[in-house]
Amino acid sequence: MSGLRPRFARAATILGLTLVVASLAACSSTPSAATTPDSHGLTTVTPGKLTIATGQPAYSPWVIDNKPQNGEGFESAVAYAVAAKLGFPKKDVVWTRTTFDGAIAPGPKNFDFNLQQFTITDQRKKAVDFSSSYYTTSQALVTAKGSPAASITTLDGLKGIKIGVAEGTTTYTLLKKDVGGSNIQVFNSNDDAVLALKSGQIDALATDLPTAFYLADAEVKNGLVSGQFADTTGGDDFGILLAKDSPDTAKVTAAVDAIRADGELAAITKKWLSTSVDVPVFK
Amino acid sequence: MVPASEGASVKSEADVSAIELDRRAFRKKQSGRSVGISLISTVVLGVLVWLLVINTPGWALVQQTFFDPKIAAEFFPSILLGLWLNIQILFFAAIGVAIFATLIAVIRTLRGPIFFPLRFLAAAYTDLFRGMPLIIVLYLVGFGLPALGVFPRVAPEVWGTIALILTYSAYVAEVLRAGMEAVNPSQRLAARSLGLSHAQTLRLVVLPQGVRKVTPALVNDFVSMQKDVGLVSVLGAIDAVRAAQIAEADTFNFTPYIVAGLLFVAISWPLIRLTDWLSARQQRREQIGGTV
Repeated sequence: MSGLRPRFARAATILGLTLVVASLAACSSTPSAATTPDSHGLTTVTPGKLTIATGQPAYSPWVIDNKPQNGEGFESAVAYAVAAKLGFPKKDVVWTRTTFDGAIAPGPKNFDFNLQQFTITDQRKKAVDFSSSYYTTSQALVTAKGSPAASITTLDGLKGIKIGVAEGTTTYTLLKKDVGGSNIQVFNSNDDAVLALKSGQIDALATDLPTAFYLADAEVKNGLVSGQFADTTGGDDFGILLAKDSPDTAKVTAAVDAIRADGELAAITKKWLSTSVDVPVFK
Repeated sequence: MVPASEGASVKSEADVSAIELDRRAFRKKQSGRSVGISLISTVVLGVLVWLLVINTPGWALVQQTFFDPKIAAEFFPSILLGLWLNIQILFFAAIGVAIFATLIAVIRTLRGPIFFPLRFLAAAYTDLFRGMPLIIVLYLVGFGLPALGVFPRVAPEVWGTIALILTYSAYVAEVLRAGMEAVNPSQRLAARSLGLSHAQTLRLVVLPQGVRKVTPALVNDFVSMQKDVGLVSVLGAIDAVRAAQIAEADTFNFTPYIVAGLLFVAISWPLIRLTDWLSARQQRREQIGGTV
């Protein structure tokens, strides 16, 4: 019997240790991010700095040359304008990159806000916070001159061609509703969709209007924006994404409203996005 | 055969020696202790899971983001439809791999200097495609080959199936070759001395024994391929993973991924069990009366 005692003692020690480790782990998993607002009245990841996230890579015309810190490109300019309204000069803005999934995953975030053409929807609002909208766009179709898609002007006509779309977008939802399902192919990114368009696997690709102009202009040979989709809801509203129930949402929304009210947003839009060109609407 | 201890327990208590009774008491105590320890360790594990997972501040959010039954139900049909595409691709890819991999394995085991170029090509092929990540093969085949402009437009899943066959044939060919080389040379010699040709020896003697030796490895590759079928979605096909991704983009909720994952487990599970059963049966047959 005496031989058993050390073994029990050892077992008890191990049990005790695991409990200690477990309780430590439980303690350390409480949110470690700063919970008190700094001098700007914001609760930021790094006190005194504003950490803004965008995609990797970030695309024109939203961010030029994949360098958001140069302030060029629509979303980069909007981000700096919003930061300025929040009281952060350019030097206090830190850029980081997240994937689409990384932006919406639960848990502590490594950014204060995130903008990469997130469309605001009620479903998505259950998982994250959005600021008010900084841009509204319709969806459009990019194709090449001479492609069978170039001459199509009706939604019915679109049912007969192959259309590509990038995943993670609301464009797919719209296409499925307006055009149907089996002729739509979904790609990881607009880059892959462009590749498929070039190799002849699809006839056209659908994306938001500013991106469509950019792709038709710079990526697709003899590219052309052949039409846009009429949307009863007035198009997609892009919003700045924040963590669910973030204490900063109201202030970021106020900043977006402020740059809209004083005309800065309109000036940025005019500078970076060329959407004024007439594009026929699919009937 | 009835173990000796059971036969002994039939005897009445009076026939049993004091030593045997002592042994029985000891065994009983030991098994009682085992039950006790397993109970305690289960409880400890339960407490740990509760402390580390359930009792965390973010658990409610995680539960809501990854395990939302309403979202699971809403998107189940579209994910299931995507899974059907996975199964179709898997079906054709498996047949393609079986044929192509056997061919490569046979070429690699050909003897004689005249076959050198073939052997070299087969070896180069397996080296190249075992090293090349599947996703890159998918891009090259799915976007590169159509760009040549010589093929009619076919569905992306067809190109995906071709890429899968190219990649997995390289792995399976090596597994099959190992199996064929593990067949004792005396089998080959015996077959040839019975008058079988090289081809007959291969088909009737070497391959059946070789395949049997590597069944678990082959099934592993099959299950692995089953999951890699999902990568075909980079070419534009909407499979189960892509359907889940679309649903995720819609809702900003990760539950559809869990649904897709469980569906994959569900389709691979019967095969995994079947292999276990097959290899157990094989072991019984091969080691008959030989267990120590």
